[in-house]
Amino acid sequence: MTEGYTNGRFAIETRTLHLYYGDFLAIRNVNMRFERNQITALIGPSGCGKSTLLRSLNRMNELVPGTRIDGEVLFHGQNLYDPAVDPVEVRRRIGMVFQRPNPFPKSIFDNVAYGPRILGQRNKAVLEEIVERSLRQAALWDEVKDDLKKSGLALSGGQQQRLCIARALAVEPEIILMDEPCSALDPIATLRIEDLMRELKSDYTIVIVTHNMQQAARVSDFTAFMLLDEHRAGELIEYDRTEKIFNRPQDQRTEDYITGRFG
Amino acid sequence: MDRIVFVAVLTLGLLASLNGGLSMTQTAARKGHNPKLGALLGAVTGLVFTLLAALAVITLLPGQAILSVIGGFAAGMGALALLRRALPDRVTEQEALPSGAALQRNIAARRLQGTVLRALFFLSIALAIVMLAILMWTIVTKTIGLTAVQYTVQPEDLVVNGEPVNRPLDELSEAELQAVLADNARVARLRVFVLQNVIEAPEADWPTLSGQPVSRVLKNNEYPAELADAAFNTLDEAQTAGLLALNLDRDSLQELVFDEIIQPQVVDSWPLWTSLTQRDEINAVVAEEYPEAEIVWRSWVSWDFLSSPLDPRKADDTGLRPALIGTLLVIAITIAFAFPVGVGAAIYLEEYAGKNRLNQIIQTNISNLAGVPSIIYGILGLAIFVRSLETFTSGQAFGASTANGRTVLSAGFTLALLILPLIIINAQEAIRAVPNSLRQASYGLGATQWQTIWHHVLPYAMPGILTGTILAISRAIGETAPLILVGGATYLTQDPKGPFSIFTALPLIIYRWTTLPQDEFRNAAAAAIVVLLALLLTLNSIAIILRNRFSRRLS
Repeated sequence: MTEGYTNGRFAIETRTLHLYYGDFLAIRNVNMRFERNQITALIGPSGCGKSTLLRSLNRMNELVPGTRIDGEVLFHGQNLYDPAVDPVEVRRRIGMVFQRPNPFPKSIFDNVAYGPRILGQRNKAVLEEIVERSLRQAALWDEVKDDLKKSGLALSGGQQQRLCIARALAVEPEIILMDEPCSALDPIATLRIEDLMRELKSDYTIVIVTHNMQQAARVSDFTAFMLLDEHRAGELIEYDRTEKIFNRPQDQRTEDYITGRFG
Repeated sequence: MDRIVFVAVLTLGLLASLNGGLSMTQTAARKGHNPKLGALLGAVTGLVFTLLAALAVITLLPGQAILSVIGGFAAGMGALALLRRALPDRVTEQEALPSGAALQRNIAARRLQGTVLRALFFLSIALAIVMLAILMWTIVTKTIGLTAVQYTVQPEDLVVNGEPVNRPLDELSEAELQAVLADNARVARLRVFVLQNVIEAPEADWPTLSGQPVSRVLKNNEYPAELADAAFNTLDEAQTAGLLALNLDRDSLQELVFDEIIQPQVVDSWPLWTSLTQRDEINAVVAEEYPEAEIVWRSWVSWDFLSSPLDPRKADDTGLRPALIGTLLVIAITIAFAFPVGVGAAIYLEEYAGKNRLNQIIQTNISNLAGVPSIIYGILGLAIFVRSLETFTSGQAFGASTANGRTVLSAGFTLALLILPLIIINAQEAIRAVPNSLRQASYGLGATQWQTIWHHVLPYAMPGILTGTILAISRAIGETAPLILVGGATYLTQDPKGPFSIFTALPLIIYRWTTLPQDEFRNAAAAAIVVLLALLLTLNSIAIILRNRFSRRLS
């Protein structure tokens, strides 16, 4: 594992991660290493803790009052839950894209420029450059370049989601967490986002939660399957290369789930 | 039967009738009858039985009014219950769920209930609109109308050198106006005009000034050199009028002659409707009671009314400038204090405060405070701002020289306390309505909590916050009781000049004027209400424009 960090193989890792909502154990003992510049998909039935696990990777779960973490999330060898670590910095380096497109009620330009601006970047020319680069990366530039002053809410659902991705890219994170990013989109828009994820892979590490097993199979390099245990706590059942999970799963429960026997 | 008892019985009878109509539609439909007929039968039964039973009780037991009312209602409702049960069931085969003709009857019955209720709701709104229209009419009708105006000196009776002038004032030259003043007013009044209109000295200084030489009294104004050393109170009429002419322009002189010599006075007034419809009667009354008076149209709301000082004796001369300025100053302080503090408290409670017992208690108390009668806030303001914090509210701590704490500042703070709970609750509602996804998007980019609040939560909540603020200000601007308690005056000789001035306000003036014996003050009060409403609408439209600007920026 240590060699994993020295050659930069892993972007982020959880160790004996337990997560509680109040007294309720929501995630039990998850140990996972996410490979750098790869797409890792988290799959499993509703309520099994996929999103919770995803959010614990950049401390977004803390926004829910009463959340408590046991264990470690290591990022560059540093435990993200160490009291000395500022969650604001964590979220700037580990970005997030949400289930429903949630652009700010501002112009397209201001949406993308928001991240750099709160980091103190005021220079118009620099901001313009960042906005263009991010929108190009998110494959949205050609569609909106003539009308950057238009409200982000005036875009279609798929465009809004790519705007949210551009917004996340603008602060140059190392990891992008995507929480069912296509569940509110139509199949065409979904395909565009999936293409985009493959393109982004070369520069970013991507972790995606999805309900759609075809999507996980199409887009991801690694897949983790999670399930509720008898106490309704989420557990990691199996984690391996995607083609292995879908073709030769080791665990019977994984096989049952991906063959559609339940879920 | 007493009239009041009859009204009570009738009201309850109509209630029973409504109940009968609504319930009998369904019963009739279920038992295979026409729902409309059922409704009619129920409505009639409810009303008739209530009335008959009440009549029976009062006839058998004279004097038992309450028993008759209660008994009547009980009988009406009882009759309906019996009717529902006794109605013959024509449906032979009862199905669990209606279909066919039964279903059609069922739907017709439910529709009928909806129609009846919709009509009732429409009546409610119609009633509200009618009441509002009556209110507006009673106010407006008093602000415009005919008045009988009588002159102390008829314009044609003005004399110069013993000769009648016989020309309209507009055509007189400055010299002629000066002569009119000299010949038609006593010297003491002319002196007052000089002190009041030329050097604008406060009334208290008049006795001392009068004995001093002209060069001292008019040291900042013009005077003929030969009069420099004469004592001011030894000048005769012509000399004093000369001083007036020297220092005032022609129009001011004409105004002086009109207001002070001719002195028009409203001796009687009529509301708008009477003025329009009963002109002949008005003419007759005036001809009989005030043979010298002229009948003229008068709008009690006028520029003079807005810009003149208060006059406690003559309604037709009074203005409300001190009250208007007082209200504006007080409301400015109220907004300046209550808006930031209220929104700040709401932000704290919604965004920062945890869900613990203490915060729940605070929350409950804020909700309760919103319902506390305003006079209680007046007592609070009196105790805290007027008494305890007197050094600050009177301005002594800042070098101002008000004698006590009954100032604009105390009033503004008191009203601010009054509307603070309203602003907090409304701002909380608005902040709570901000979608969580917006906050998450912001946090997800690495924004701090304050950046998230300032950049996203507040702008998004601002239209709602402003709506709440509009309501709160509308409440504050009309409050009278707290202002009376913190010592608002009902008469002021001067305008309030700043936060440390003693003050009056529009509602106080309206309250005062409606209690004065002279009829014409009722017109002035109506005019002041119109001004208050106009001010309210102006402030509200500013807030609405701001709100729309925020909303537009968001969409």
